[in-house]
Amino acid sequence: MARPKRSSPALLDRRIFLRGGLAALGAIGGLAAGAPGTARAAGPPETPPWMQYPGAPFTTYGGPAKYESKVMRTLIRSQPGTTGSGASRTPLEMLEGTITPSGLHFERHHSGVPDIDPEQHRLLVHGMVKRPLIFTMDALMRYPMRSRIHFMECSGNSQLMYGATPPALRAGELHGLVSCSEWTGVPLRLLLEEAGADPAASWLLAEGADAAAMSRSVPMAKAMDDALIALFQNGERLRPENGYPVRLFLPGYEGNMSVKWLRRIKVTATPTMTKDETSRYTDLQADGKSLMFTYPMGVKSVITRPSPGLTMPGPGLYEVSGIAWSGSGTITKVEVSADGGQTWTETTLSTPVLPRTLTRFRIPWKWNGGSAIVKSRATDSTGEMQPTRDKLVAEHGTNVVFHYNAIQAWSIAGNGEVTNVYA
Amino acid sequence: MSTRSRLGVSLGVMVLAGCASPTVTETPNLGRVATLAEEAGWDVSIPPDGTGLPAGRGASAQGAVVYEQKCQNCHGEKGAGQPNDRLVGGHGTLASKGPVRTVGSYWPYATTVFDYVRRAMPYTQPHSLSDDEVYAVTAYLLHLNGIIGEADVMDALTLPNVKMPNRDNFILAYPTRPK
Repeated sequence: MARPKRSSPALLDRRIFLRGGLAALGAIGGLAAGAPGTARAAGPPETPPWMQYPGAPFTTYGGPAKYESKVMRTLIRSQPGTTGSGASRTPLEMLEGTITPSGLHFERHHSGVPDIDPEQHRLLVHGMVKRPLIFTMDALMRYPMRSRIHFMECSGNSQLMYGATPPALRAGELHGLVSCSEWTGVPLRLLLEEAGADPAASWLLAEGADAAAMSRSVPMAKAMDDALIALFQNGERLRPENGYPVRLFLPGYEGNMSVKWLRRIKVTATPTMTKDETSRYTDLQADGKSLMFTYPMGVKSVITRPSPGLTMPGPGLYEVSGIAWSGSGTITKVEVSADGGQTWTETTLSTPVLPRTLTRFRIPWKWNGGSAIVKSRATDSTGEMQPTRDKLVAEHGTNVVFHYNAIQAWSIAGNGEVTNVYA
Repeated sequence: MSTRSRLGVSLGVMVLAGCASPTVTETPNLGRVATLAEEAGWDVSIPPDGTGLPAGRGASAQGAVVYEQKCQNCHGEKGAGQPNDRLVGGHGTLASKGPVRTVGSYWPYATTVFDYVRRAMPYTQPHSLSDDEVYAVTAYLLHLNGIIGEADVMDALTLPNVKMPNRDNFILAYPTRPK
């Protein structure tokens, strides 16, 4: 790829790590999430203690290292008087790559996580069909499946950024209602074909088996295109909090439409106008009108390193790293600025770059120890570029709550502290 | 197994050795045909035209009794809110700096109130209210919001005819997002 014409003076060429080889790598400063541990006992020339006795036995189901216990879902908020109606967020700044560990996938529940026995659970496909059908989970497991890597984002992600002042929170707390998994399941189209869905039916209703019987209307065009009856997440059966034993998955669409604990698909002529598509997930504009059925999540990116909580220990060479995604297609470009947006440099995207998937971008940055403002902006395959906050607010106001996708700015102080700013 | 010609080759199972035609696609056909009773028991969704609304009826006086017993703890006296969502008032606030989205000020369809209360409320005991009670609570909330009269009875015929104040203020962003 061609070298970008405009290059921020503080940002280095994205290939410098390759050119500089080991000498450059040796100079990379790490980002400190906490106080560095003492390595005195284990470093050379001593023999480390864990080499002096046999290690732990096998486990039936592995978990993360005990030293990583701080990596957990964050900013868990539930409705007053409830423990399961609200959301938890993925700690984006603690993760790398593009796949979210299943146990750290964000959660959004409307009435807790149901305890569903897969032997007893059923999926009903009915409405405007020739034959209403009931499927057991064992039956669904015999259908041809597809595996796809896709992000899922709650439409309310980043909503605190509509506030008048920038919240002093971490990247995951602000933007962690997005996660990415490999989803495997049966194309919904197959079940609709078997039931004999009426070609004149333009919609369907998807309903969950949670205590809220969460329900959303879905366009038939999406159902026949790439909707999945998902049974597996990252290779194992869905986690309870992600819809076990079966969920709908609608790539790129706002997360709440991918109804979890799916029990019913009703083929309909018109939208059902459920609570969650009329009074809840609609976007109130400044003039008092509301946008309804705003399905694809907008093009978006956020720098996860450096970011608030990950203090930069001193001047030197760093890798700026972050994630970008778009509900409408593939990420084609992510640019980073280290001077508050005056100049931008194109980053390297980690391959493979797939549609409607978290895409990791990286670029080396030599921090001179002075104050700086870093930003990232993503462009997708439809040509949409992530807007500035000013542009988003000018267009939609600040009452909108949902679909915030503006450029995120982090301010870096001379002491290496990183804070959330509107800039 | 019947073949389904509308299926694309890429989606179905390609049947290989021993098949008369290697291009025929089949799917497992493992769904069992549902009975009317099975469908009826699960089909709780109510669209704006009221299709599927059950028999039964209720007005705000009975609704007030149900509300005080089953709803008030979370939604406050007369739907004033706290600790959870406010259900009443907020009219005229949607274009202000502090919009108040309630059943009365925001919800576009009265059928949605019935649908949601019946499927999800009361929060700790969903599916515990009778259809009469759901109609009555719906009537109570609509009356508190000044949308229907105190004596108006809500049932399968009257509920779909209730015009909500904010109904015409929604702009569809699908299939085409407005500029």
